[in-house]
Amino acid sequence: MAKIIVVTSGKGGVGKTTTSASFATGLAKRGHKTVVIDFDVGLRNLDLIMGCERRVVYDFVNVIQGEASLVQALIKDKRVDTLNILPASQTRDKDALTQAGVERVLNELRETHDYIICDSPAGIETGAIMALYYADEAIVVTNPEVSSVRDSDRILGILQAKSKRALEGADPIKEHLLITRYDPTRVHHGEMLSIEDITDLLGISLIGVIPESQSVLQASNSGIPVVLDDKSDSGLAYQDVVARFLGEDRQMRFVEMEKKGFLKRLFGT
Amino acid sequence: MDTVRTDKVGKDNADTKDIIDSSSDDSAIEIKGSVFTLPVLKICTTEIQQVEKALKKHLAQSLSFFKNAPIVIDLERTKQLKPAMDFQALTGLLRAQQLVPVAVQKGSLEQHLEAEKAGLAILTGQASGKSKSQESEAAVASEQTTTLDEQDSTTQRGTASDEVTSNAPTKMVSQPIRSGQRIYARGGDLIVLAAVNAGAEVMADGNIHIYAPLRGRALAGVRGDQSARIFCHSMEAELIAIAGSYRVFEDRVPDEIRQKSVQICLRGEQLDIVPIH
Repeated sequence: MAKIIVVTSGKGGVGKTTTSASFATGLAKRGHKTVVIDFDVGLRNLDLIMGCERRVVYDFVNVIQGEASLVQALIKDKRVDTLNILPASQTRDKDALTQAGVERVLNELRETHDYIICDSPAGIETGAIMALYYADEAIVVTNPEVSSVRDSDRILGILQAKSKRALEGADPIKEHLLITRYDPTRVHHGEMLSIEDITDLLGISLIGVIPESQSVLQASNSGIPVVLDDKSDSGLAYQDVVARFLGEDRQMRFVEMEKKGFLKRLFGT
Repeated sequence: MDTVRTDKVGKDNADTKDIIDSSSDDSAIEIKGSVFTLPVLKICTTEIQQVEKALKKHLAQSLSFFKNAPIVIDLERTKQLKPAMDFQALTGLLRAQQLVPVAVQKGSLEQHLEAEKAGLAILTGQASGKSKSQESEAAVASEQTTTLDEQDSTTQRGTASDEVTSNAPTKMVSQPIRSGQRIYARGGDLIVLAAVNAGAEVMADGNIHIYAPLRGRALAGVRGDQSARIFCHSMEAELIAIAGSYRVFEDRVPDEIRQKSVQICLRGEQLDIVPIH
């Protein structure tokens, strides 16, 4: 039975899609059959970050409305052959997602995949609720700033109240905290919240810290998930996240100011 | 059967266009069923003086809440008692205290007959055990009921304890309460074992205990209990309130109580925030 993981945050621009792309690619690279679904209907980005925007023929909404089959809509990744992408529609809005339709698509995907990654849109409206509704686990992406932490807190409340697991009284969704755009130097100068501040406020377990890095932007622009970049701090940090998710014990890297300087010299980023 | 029904007199029916035959007698009234939550007064003795004494003592504390309140008399504990209940005296006593007795429940057959003579309705349903009526019965006699209940362990000899013993148990929450969430302990206390985060709101009719940081809002005694208190392990609140008196911490909590264990109580109009050592 496939696991459904939602990547969510409440706030926009914190790195949900970057995380979805890298996390899904990381899982697939380790041999797990993985599909990543873009729930951001109307503002599709995942296909850009995955570098497959020109291969989109049918999308998630087409499948939900029965205009195309899942096989037609799924895009097979060119770099990792165990990875599929289900893009969102750019020309529709979030109301095109129906609960029954989403459930049908997820059930069909469950039969052929190990992991289903749902890339949630920002906000707490229909699209975001649909993305988290069927989730078994959640990765809550947070930037080290107060407004992002507050929105993550809100979305955690929604996970505990409005998800299928919550409504049916099943085991609660397993929540993981992922801090992105972390800059140890600015934390040191008191300009950003520290890891301790954030974990203390949100009270969920930390699955990783992704350092602020130019390589993320470069990777996004060139359509290559940053996790595939072995020379980037961020790429390595995402690899750690995938390893921790799969149960490996890995130390947090790139979270100390001095250490970062050392690694920077080492990796030359 | 067990729901409380009212006959609504439709005075303004004459103005209503969609009543076809406005001249007929039927249009003068309209009959509708409606469910109400009523306070239940549990009587534990048939000695009217004892009832009166306990009732006065109780109402002195919460007179405004019960003023002109329709009230249901629960007779369960007086079924076997001698002398028999004098309903004329009882209803007279209740009316003198500005209560409006409307019905009795759970009495013996004889009591019900006597009650009817005194102009009271009979609420049934409870006696039939697990019948379908249980739900609506619960609506009448559930958490909102205020009982004048004699606890076996109390030292009072009389009819009723002077405390409002609520049926609502303490509400316990062990999950963090997050931004946008709202928890209300109706009729009782609230205990929270995890953080109340910024943007979250906890409310209770009684006290609030938070064994973790309070970063959001906490409102105790929301139905006017001025003796309610708030306790928290780390004071970082946005707003605190007891029985309607509130304080907002616009910038941040003052240093002398910030992140300290505190209790908050109402002294006069003023909220007192005292560190607990």
